[in-house]
Amino acid sequence: MEIVGSRRKNSSFSSADDAAVVSTIPLYRSAPELEVRLDDFELYAIHRLRVLKGISDGLSRGKKPNEMENLTKELWKVNMRNSEASEVANKDIISHYVLRLVYCREEELRKWFLSMETTLFRYRFQLETTDAQRALLKEFDLPYKAVSNAEYESVKEKLNQVVRSIGQPLSSADTIYYKVPFEQVPDLVATRRVFIFKGYAYVAMNQVVSLLMTQYRSHLSKALVLTNRKWTSMILEQEKDRLTPIVEALSTSYLGPDYSQPREYGEISLKDIDQVAKSSFPLCMRHLFEKLREDHHLKHGGRMQLGLFLKGVGLKLDDALAFWKAEFSRKVGAERFDKEYAYGIRHNYGKEGKRTDYTPYSCQKIISSTPGVGDHHGCPYRHFSEENLRAALDKMGVGNRAVQDVMDKVRNRHYQLACTLTFEAIHGASCDAGINHPNQYYNDSKNILESRVRATRMVDTLMYAEV
Amino acid sequence: MVREEVGEIGRDDMLIDGVETEQKPNNEVPDGFNVNYLKIYYGKFFPYADMHKWMSYGNDGKHPGCDQSYFGRREFSFTLDNDIYLRFQSFNNVPELENAIKEKCPFKIDIGPVYSVDPAKRHAYAQSGDNVFTPVERELIFDIDISDYDDVRFCCSGADVCPECWPLMTVTIKVIDTALRDDFGFNHILWVYSGRRGVHCWVCDGKARRMTNEQRAAITEYLHVHKGNENSLKKVTLVGQSLHPFLGRSYTEVLKDFFEEKFISSQNLFSDEERYEKILEMIPDESITSELRGKWQDNKRVRDDINVVRWSHVKHLLQSSKHKGQGIRKCVEEIVFTFTYPRLDLEVSKHMNHLLKAPFCIHPKTGRVCVPIDPKHCEEFDPSGVPTLSKLLEELNMGALGTGGEDELDNTSLGESIRYFRTSFLQPLLKSCKEEIESSYTAKIQQSKNSLNW
Repeated sequence: MEIVGSRRKNSSFSSADDAAVVSTIPLYRSAPELEVRLDDFELYAIHRLRVLKGISDGLSRGKKPNEMENLTKELWKVNMRNSEASEVANKDIISHYVLRLVYCREEELRKWFLSMETTLFRYRFQLETTDAQRALLKEFDLPYKAVSNAEYESVKEKLNQVVRSIGQPLSSADTIYYKVPFEQVPDLVATRRVFIFKGYAYVAMNQVVSLLMTQYRSHLSKALVLTNRKWTSMILEQEKDRLTPIVEALSTSYLGPDYSQPREYGEISLKDIDQVAKSSFPLCMRHLFEKLREDHHLKHGGRMQLGLFLKGVGLKLDDALAFWKAEFSRKVGAERFDKEYAYGIRHNYGKEGKRTDYTPYSCQKIISSTPGVGDHHGCPYRHFSEENLRAALDKMGVGNRAVQDVMDKVRNRHYQLACTLTFEAIHGASCDAGINHPNQYYNDSKNILESRVRATRMVDTLMYAEV
Repeated sequence: MVREEVGEIGRDDMLIDGVETEQKPNNEVPDGFNVNYLKIYYGKFFPYADMHKWMSYGNDGKHPGCDQSYFGRREFSFTLDNDIYLRFQSFNNVPELENAIKEKCPFKIDIGPVYSVDPAKRHAYAQSGDNVFTPVERELIFDIDISDYDDVRFCCSGADVCPECWPLMTVTIKVIDTALRDDFGFNHILWVYSGRRGVHCWVCDGKARRMTNEQRAAITEYLHVHKGNENSLKKVTLVGQSLHPFLGRSYTEVLKDFFEEKFISSQNLFSDEERYEKILEMIPDESITSELRGKWQDNKRVRDDINVVRWSHVKHLLQSSKHKGQGIRKCVEEIVFTFTYPRLDLEVSKHMNHLLKAPFCIHPKTGRVCVPIDPKHCEEFDPSGVPTLSKLLEELNMGALGTGGEDELDNTSLGESIRYFRTSFLQPLLKSCKEEIESSYTAKIQQSKNSLNW
């Protein structure tokens, strides 16, 4: 990569003296020719999975970039260290390739893995020394040049405006910028962290990691598709007694249940639904439920979020149709409901279109959604104003003290922890695992309530016995 | 994802419009919409050849670099009279397209992406196991619907529009169009009236059509400012010491003047307590809001427009040196953005597989033709002045239709729209498509030569 900086002294990273510096982050461009013990094969993969899972949890709790950096550092240190330096590098590479096998086999798995590995790469890159970063940059061999002095001067004002708009002091502003097609840095475009002119984004030196992430991601994405092909055409059969069982076990053990099939409480009937909504729905679903009862309508995002949740809770398709129809027909008439909305509900149950049995949304998905004007879906802890959230919690019967605790978590953007505290306040019981999924909230709530019912029955029986 | 299949359901005219009161005026030619008239429209007016030229993007030529299967892999979808959806329709040429439309007489025609294989034969490919049926190209599209502005307009709600609120759409076109051209470097952009209460935008440059979903999402987020939903007080929060150049430009060149000179007066934003409280809610400083309330309470009669006067009070207090806090000063901009900044339907733009209504359809509720809007003259566009089905039929009866050929619609009220579509959109687009096809063909030849030369 050739660099022509606007300030000479900053632009030395193609000089000879840093040739000796090597980054510790491998780019995983070719599979390792290493012998691996079967135990290590599995163990390494589990260790790396812990790192990725930790990153995933951090993201869904809305951790800020600097918190994520520390988290990644910590996760890596705890899970990936080894007494021998050469083993560390091997473990890194082996675990990555094992997980490729594990996560290549389905679109959803690929997406998750891709996203977590890219995030991991990002923070590992940022934790490297400047020299190591430059060495890695060179390894990528990007085809972009830094903007010339003259061009820099011509857009300087705009570039500085961007720096101010993202809340950085001007003094620390980079003067080396790369001009790249905006398509290469979607994350910087989406957050308006770059100046864009006629299709080109001006990427500051300290933002270069975004460019690398794009490259890393697209390489890994292609590799996963190829690995999948190889898996189905060869490995699956060849390794059916050795690797296949390990790989298959790995993929299910850590993603948690998807709640697509109601397991614990087989069914829920329409006559109980209001009662159950009050006692066991998390706030996000309760709010949608109440809005639906009130307005007799929900926009698409709300219908999806609530509809799939109810499916996970155990509402049968016929009941679901009756439930939505009862509300919607009051607003748009039964005929219009049948024509325009029934399809979507059958679709959720896999009875239309692609006939996929869709899974209820997880907290992570709900937190990262972007409800707009007229929408009621999303995570209340994230998307409500403080005032509205307080009112909603109050209505749920959360006491003053607990509301304070919840608001603290919200301010620190720990939305799932806020929901966990709400759960604990309402149920008067602890929830050690934390809330990760609205359907988990529901199941945990049901567990507690049912066990109480059983307990009182026990007491009743005992009392009868005494009499 | 789910969206692929439920794409158009629950959007656009599927939204709840309250109770629709259909009024039939007692004219000889009934206003609005009628299947028989629609048949005539599809027989005499609909520009099949132009649509085919557009959707072929130069691939219908004789050049060896042309991809002859291109148009045939495009999904069309018809909504019929009885609300039956026909998805995954595909056509290989103009006559096929024309015959199908004339035969089925769809109330609505939607255009989807170009798929890897002919969408009509997708099941045959599905049997091969590998997921080969996938969208490969799609215009970058935007859908802006004025019913999403219901919390900031007081003249109408739902599906209604009037000359007081339509300018919100004009503002949208200006802001988005400029960003697409100046920031993202796109050139081939078509704006279309959606027939009732909004506008659609088609970005047709080659590089726009080939973007991934992630890249589409990036542009959409870049253009998206409203973060609040129904349960948050503030709909727009601006951070940082200054606005990003794009937002800054939108503010100074479009939004500010529109808000101050037109919108506050036309919507009477400060005329009564209920309305101005909505604005005061956005100011997070009690001392300022109570000072303003005090000032406005006695309802003094003023000679000037009360809205303008009160807005100047707000600006004066917020920007005065007394309040140094960054958050307070930005309130002025936040208020203006909340009321006037474009509100996009995000999901439509983020995914390749969303459907969007084709230009030159007739809106079944209004009978209006979905005509293109020239962004250079968008403030002149008047939704109540667009050609309607009944007007076109009247013209037909009066013999305005030419005798066939390219310019047969010239003397009808659709003529101007067709002319604009051809000369300002289609011709430059096809020219650049041709160049692109030629240059990529040359590059391919060169590459294969090089690989032979080793």
